Amino acid sequence: MSAGDPGDRLARAFARARAEGRPALLPFFPVCWPERDATQEIVRAAVEGGADAIEFGFPFSDPLADGVTNQRAYEEAIANGATLERLFAASADLRAQDVRVPFLIMGYFNPLLAYGAGRFVRDAAEAGIDGLIVVDLPPEEAAEFQALARAAGLHVVYLLAPTSTDERIARVARAASGFIYCVSVAGVTGLRAELPPALPELIGRVRARTDVPLVVGFGISAARHVREVGRIADGAAVGSAFVEVIREAPRERRAERVREFVRGIAGRDPAAPGAD
Amino acid sequence: MSAPREALPDADGRFGGFGGRYIPETLMPAIAELESAYRSAAADASFQRELDDLLANYAGRPTPLTLAQNLSEQLGPRIYLKREDLLHTGAHKINAVLAQALLARGMGKRRIVAETGAGQHGVATATACALLGMECVVYMGAEDVRRQSLNVFRMKLLGADVRPVHSGSRTLKDAINEAIRDWVTNVATTHYLIGSVVGPHPYPEMVRDYQSVIGREARAQLLELEGRLPTAAVACVGGGSNAIGLFHAFRDDPVRLIGVEAAGEGLDGRHAATLSRGAPGVLHGARSYVLQDPQGQILEAHSISAGLDYPGVGPEHAWLKLAERAEYVSVTDSEALGGFELLCQGEGIIPALEPAHAVAYLPTLAEELGPEDIVLLNLSGRGDKDMGTVAEALGVTL
Repeated sequence: MSAGDPGDRLARAFARARAEGRPALLPFFPVCWPERDATQEIVRAAVEGGADAIEFGFPFSDPLADGVTNQRAYEEAIANGATLERLFAASADLRAQDVRVPFLIMGYFNPLLAYGAGRFVRDAAEAGIDGLIVVDLPPEEAAEFQALARAAGLHVVYLLAPTSTDERIARVARAASGFIYCVSVAGVTGLRAELPPALPELIGRVRARTDVPLVVGFGISAARHVREVGRIADGAAVGSAFVEVIREAPRERRAERVREFVRGIAGRDPAAPGAD
Repeated sequence: MSAPREALPDADGRFGGFGGRYIPETLMPAIAELESAYRSAAADASFQRELDDLLANYAGRPTPLTLAQNLSEQLGPRIYLKREDLLHTGAHKINAVLAQALLARGMGKRRIVAETGAGQHGVATATACALLGMECVVYMGAEDVRRQSLNVFRMKLLGADVRPVHSGSRTLKDAINEAIRDWVTNVATTHYLIGSVVGPHPYPEMVRDYQSVIGREARAQLLELEGRLPTAAVACVGGGSNAIGLFHAFRDDPVRLIGVEAAGEGLDGRHAATLSRGAPGVLHGARSYVLQDPQGQILEAHSISAGLDYPGVGPEHAWLKLAERAEYVSVTDSEALGGFELLCQGEGIIPALEPAHAVAYLPTLAEELGPEDIVLLNLSGRGDKDMGTVAEALGVTL
């Protein structure tokens, strides 16, 4: 499977959002959090709310690209007993329940290495995962891992940042698969009031060098951010803001709050609660 | 003994299978800029003159090589101490700090962030920033802030903004995470001044080059004094900068290179013996040995010495171990206190708890050696900062 393949869940998700004239919405949250078995309920609720894909955050003890919201959730997820086995089991169960949106795993390299890179890509593909975002694995270090992932039918999604030079953009464009994750700002994950004014410039430089879908992430926390992103890119990743919603929701109302938040921020229905 | 033939790291920053650049994309351009500045400076005679002048007339190089008379008589082999403890700010850290601060200035970056464990690197960095008129932010684990309150006070006197880190294990690894987060956020104006031979390429190579003055001096001094090379060169290993600084000059010599890790409460309890008990993994931008659980989560290290309390180690040490060019051993907290007292009472030198680990290994090493052997030990820092910790460990109230 590769980008553009009609059997490719990611390509279909972007095509559908494009046809509806909006950016694809990719909520992010750590697996096995707030409780060990919370993953499936959150995914189902997010999909009901209109999520186009799900980013499973796999927790790491030393998440150096993450702000405090995700750091804290990761620490709690590890304490809950988050493992890749549990992530794969949740993913496989969701596929068995006919949840069809693309699934991505976003995380750091060491837990994947500890699991075994070859075993990891095989088990991920079998569990219905579509793509991998490894924030501390730039293309320079990824050749072997990318070959294994591609052979297993998985997209390896690379990141670009406002600091990326045109040479680096060209390099990532050549290696790109699924989409390119454009980090909106030089910084860590976390809520921000406004999108950085320089974002369109970055997207413009990337767009000039590739036709691969572009997803903007880091700091996207309101429906107007998603609308702004929709004018220049193909998708919006919503992490820390979504994590806060999950954290704040009483357990018995969590599914409802997640649905409302996703529906609101996706901007399909401006009257929905959570839209601003 | 197999001596390395080719120069390492290679162009991709690899020492065999270790090293590399496992960092977020945002930092990749800054790392490329740093490498280019570092290579230009290495070829720039005026940079080298300015650095040599600072090392000589500000930091106090060359440092003496002291024959430890009483220890030698007691243990057998002739034991020489490379006196990095006599440098300005009290440890070897200042060597690489002055060089990196000059590099940062050359890159037009007037803001420095640094991590610190024992506080020695933080003090050295705050010192260089005061000298060169740069803004200085030091991240320090909240647990280390408690253990090393004297050094925290010194950093503040020098004008640094010391920020306690409360996440994770609240020690050195978490201070590094936070320094990297700051660097990612302020990369346009900020240089991350790493204190050890860890982190993404080119840091392990660059910090090694700036610290290798230790071994170059010691080698020449020993040849002058004894007319021959040592049997063994010994140093403590946390991240591993003072050890690499000592070892590098002897890499092609028939000299045993011995790194002493912190075994903490013992290798079956809480410890910081990464090379002895860790496994290959990726932490803080490089592939090396790390202390980790079966899921690849990084474990908390433990050592009585804050400067060795780190669950990773420089990638070159991982390679030296795998290539069997260096040996790595470990001593416990209580053995290190024994080494501390040995040097205090035997030689009238109060060492930092970090090199006290290396001193503590001398009796074991001496069992294999005779009076004709020479042992060179890197006394990487002095013990003033550790008075509180040692008093507490000995049950003394100050």
